[in-house]
Amino acid sequence: MMNNSAITPEMVAQHGFTTEEYEKVLQIMGREPSLTELGIFSVMWSEHCSYKSSRVHLGRLPTSGERVIVPPGENAGVVDIGDDWCVAFKVESHNHPSFIEPFQGAATGVGGILRDVFTMGARPIAAMNSLRFGPLNDEKHGNRNSSILKGCVDGIAHYGNAFGVPTVGGEVFFDESYSLNPLVNAFALGIVRKDQIFFGKATGVGNPVLYVGAKTGRDGIHGATMASAEFDEEALEKRPTVQVGDPFLEKLLLEACLEAMRSGAIAGIQDMGAAGLTSSSVEMAARAGTGLELDLTLVPQRETGMTAYEMLLSESQERMLIVAHKGREKQIVEIFNKWDLDAVVVGKVVEGNRLKVFHNGELMADIPVDAVTDEAPKYNRPMDGSKFKAQAAKIKIEDRKPKTEDRGEALKMLLASPNISSKRWVYQQYDHMVRTNTAILPGADAAVVRVKETRRAISMCLDGNGKFSAINPKEGAKLLVAESARNNVCVGGKPIAVTNCLNFASPERPEVMWSFSETIDGIKEACEAFETPIVSGNVSFYNETEGRGILPTPTIGMVGLIEDARKIITSGFKAEGDLIAVLGETKNDLAASEYAQVVLGLTTDELIANGEVPRIDLNLEKTVQQTCLSLIDNFLIDSAHDPSEGGLAVAIAESCFSSLNHKALGAEIELKEAALSAETILFGESPSRIVVSFSADKLERISAIAEENNCPFAVIGKVSGENLSIKINGEAALSAPVAELENLWATSLENKLEK
Amino acid sequence: MNMKFGVVVFPGSNCDHDAYHVISKHVGQPVDFIWHKQTDLSSYDAIIIPGGFSYGDYLRAGALAQFSPVMQSVKEFAAQGKYVFGICNGFQILCEAGLLPGALIRNENLHFVCKHINIKVENPNTPFTTELSVNEVLSIPIAHAEGNYVCDDATYNSLEENNQIVFRYCDASGEVTSEANPNGSRANIAGICNFGGNVIGMMPHPERACEELLGSNDGRDIFRSLTNAIAKSE
Repeated sequence: MMNNSAITPEMVAQHGFTTEEYEKVLQIMGREPSLTELGIFSVMWSEHCSYKSSRVHLGRLPTSGERVIVPPGENAGVVDIGDDWCVAFKVESHNHPSFIEPFQGAATGVGGILRDVFTMGARPIAAMNSLRFGPLNDEKHGNRNSSILKGCVDGIAHYGNAFGVPTVGGEVFFDESYSLNPLVNAFALGIVRKDQIFFGKATGVGNPVLYVGAKTGRDGIHGATMASAEFDEEALEKRPTVQVGDPFLEKLLLEACLEAMRSGAIAGIQDMGAAGLTSSSVEMAARAGTGLELDLTLVPQRETGMTAYEMLLSESQERMLIVAHKGREKQIVEIFNKWDLDAVVVGKVVEGNRLKVFHNGELMADIPVDAVTDEAPKYNRPMDGSKFKAQAAKIKIEDRKPKTEDRGEALKMLLASPNISSKRWVYQQYDHMVRTNTAILPGADAAVVRVKETRRAISMCLDGNGKFSAINPKEGAKLLVAESARNNVCVGGKPIAVTNCLNFASPERPEVMWSFSETIDGIKEACEAFETPIVSGNVSFYNETEGRGILPTPTIGMVGLIEDARKIITSGFKAEGDLIAVLGETKNDLAASEYAQVVLGLTTDELIANGEVPRIDLNLEKTVQQTCLSLIDNFLIDSAHDPSEGGLAVAIAESCFSSLNHKALGAEIELKEAALSAETILFGESPSRIVVSFSADKLERISAIAEENNCPFAVIGKVSGENLSIKINGEAALSAPVAELENLWATSLENKLEK
Repeated sequence: MNMKFGVVVFPGSNCDHDAYHVISKHVGQPVDFIWHKQTDLSSYDAIIIPGGFSYGDYLRAGALAQFSPVMQSVKEFAAQGKYVFGICNGFQILCEAGLLPGALIRNENLHFVCKHINIKVENPNTPFTTELSVNEVLSIPIAHAEGNYVCDDATYNSLEENNQIVFRYCDASGEVTSEANPNGSRANIAGICNFGGNVIGMMPHPERACEELLGSNDGRDIFRSLTNAIAKSE
């Protein structure tokens, strides 16, 4: 064994090992590792790659179902959508790089998730992003937050637009806990024929291993390790650990990979994401139960003098590792050369279980792959929920003086607030129509792309709610999954499967670990209720800067199936005179609302201290969703919209607003709930509700279906005129011109960002 | 009638599949992808240069694609009076290649912009617009960062004189206003043709507006005009 100076305790510590972990390395190796080997263990056992703090909990998530073709463990999950077609999808975080270098961090987040999807043989047809930032008006960090947001949006646009995937949806959310801790969760979905799915397996002893795509440079070395630690003031010095993306190369890589897959010459394929060449080779061999021999001398390089250590740990983007069927490697090389890309045989699949890496004729690393993966550290870290249970310092929201007593003004404040106002400044910078499948434009409850090869369409949404999760992680997770399902239902999609991204602070803090575990339990309960298994996902820990962590923020990417693309519906009211109704019930759920923050002025910490989230009854939720789907299926309703942030009043206002080919319409509403305050009725955020509209002649059939399903249903008004007027228990509560409301809602975010 | 379309594929083209889909599915005519290294275009009646980011749009949008082998053939093809249709990046490439006058620079607000906009038909007498009437308003999406059309006064005057301005950005009622101009283009220019009328470039994407499902089918009449023109010229 070559290279090297002896491994010192300092080197062990620099590579992020604990004493016990390094002992384990010594035990597996039966000798002192070389520096190159130490580097391999370091990235493979980083939190980012090994899930060492989360694996013990992730096993509780439901992952099976009749539509599941590929469960978690591969590059992306795959789900059957019928007619021999499948969708492959996944969400992944790129939080740490996006803080250090927002543009490239977010761009390469998009690049990485797209590769995860097309590695499976699926052509990406949709992308979404869940973005969380600190407030733009924050006294200390406002400018920084704003520049992080602009950088991330620019990076996502740069990558997705050039690659040619429509960015069809997602969310942008603001809270002070994300100041200097932005969250960038990127989702991608592709379609693949059921018999053309590819796997990241190094099968077939003697098969050649090819390196394809971009050349390897020194960028991103130890990116995975960087993403596995919290930040301090020196964070920006970590900038060299962020990779640089090239969407043009990725587009060529996509086309070349799909063409090579069609040729039948590929036995297995895996993208080089976090931990680059190391994790792709180790994982491919481990999945197949084989060994690999690689000669790094043959790897295309764009810098000179790179060491084996640097090449193995580089996270240069737009690269793949391919195992070809023996004798067909030339065909693959020709296809990649057609696309002006490198494709070089760099090794072969061998018997046994060892990864042997050569460089300039010397053996630089020789490690058992199964031990690196199977024996990776797994921690059941201490958990402590006592801080949550001790929340007794209740703030009576009834005692808080609102910033305005005028409910019309309160509605305007909400519509103009950053978390509710239109995000068009963001999504209009994304090409959301390329590939000509986008059936619902961004900004809706869920995005919809039709699948040209079938008569079906796919609905999808990406949602998080850090506040609810911070107040009560288990109930927060249930509320989140329920809302994701409801969002799909509101466009006509039957929820079928889920991908998740779990963003948390340091797992070494017991209260964080407790909320992580509670979150898993909540997701499990809700996903079981909706029969939506988890098919892929990722965990991002250590989201804290200068000792301050983010709100626990699970992100749920839920995918739904619309069997008949003619049954897609949108949220806007369609015609004067149509009736407006609510499925579900309004309860006393104002405590954790946007109203409590925007109009009553409660801080997030006060909401958390209050300890109250909306109550969710999963049975009622399912009833409401099933009823709505049944109404859509029978062509009975013309709009559906989920009241979320800002409650019923905001949802109804949004349904009044104009949309493509539909002008704005007014509404006359009368709400009756004797037991609740007017504010609670207007702005409370009870789950399990859907606002629908329909022509009056359908009322009888709709009532009958609601009754059959035992679903609460009440007509609350009609589409009428140019004003939104709401009466509560017979008294006028608010009235405002829709044009004014829409203008406030549409322009407030761009006014803040373009000032 | 026998006609054949070709959709050029440069490295980085990404609306090639969309153009292909529209021609095969909605126009209902035979269509091939043409790899950028192909130089024989003799079997085609019309060539579409699709949208995307050819060569990553590095250096300048369209600047590198003009040197691809296929572009010399496209120039000869156009010189024979055959139809060349550049959409978005295709428009940029045609300007860079000198097949259309003027240039497309960064949008005035420096952002990429994707949305449905309205354009007004200025010249219904080109081979691409005969199915449309003058001043007709079409709803068609745009998606570009470099769609800001510029040219010098002499070029602009000759465009005007020769009726080479085919589409202008307008509001829903057909008024050509600065508010309706999404990128800062000179005189709201959204699409122009060459002097002979057989080469057209436009920033909006008519191939994205050929189905109700996508929110508009106003783009179909442009393709229908083109097929009629081909049928007549045969």
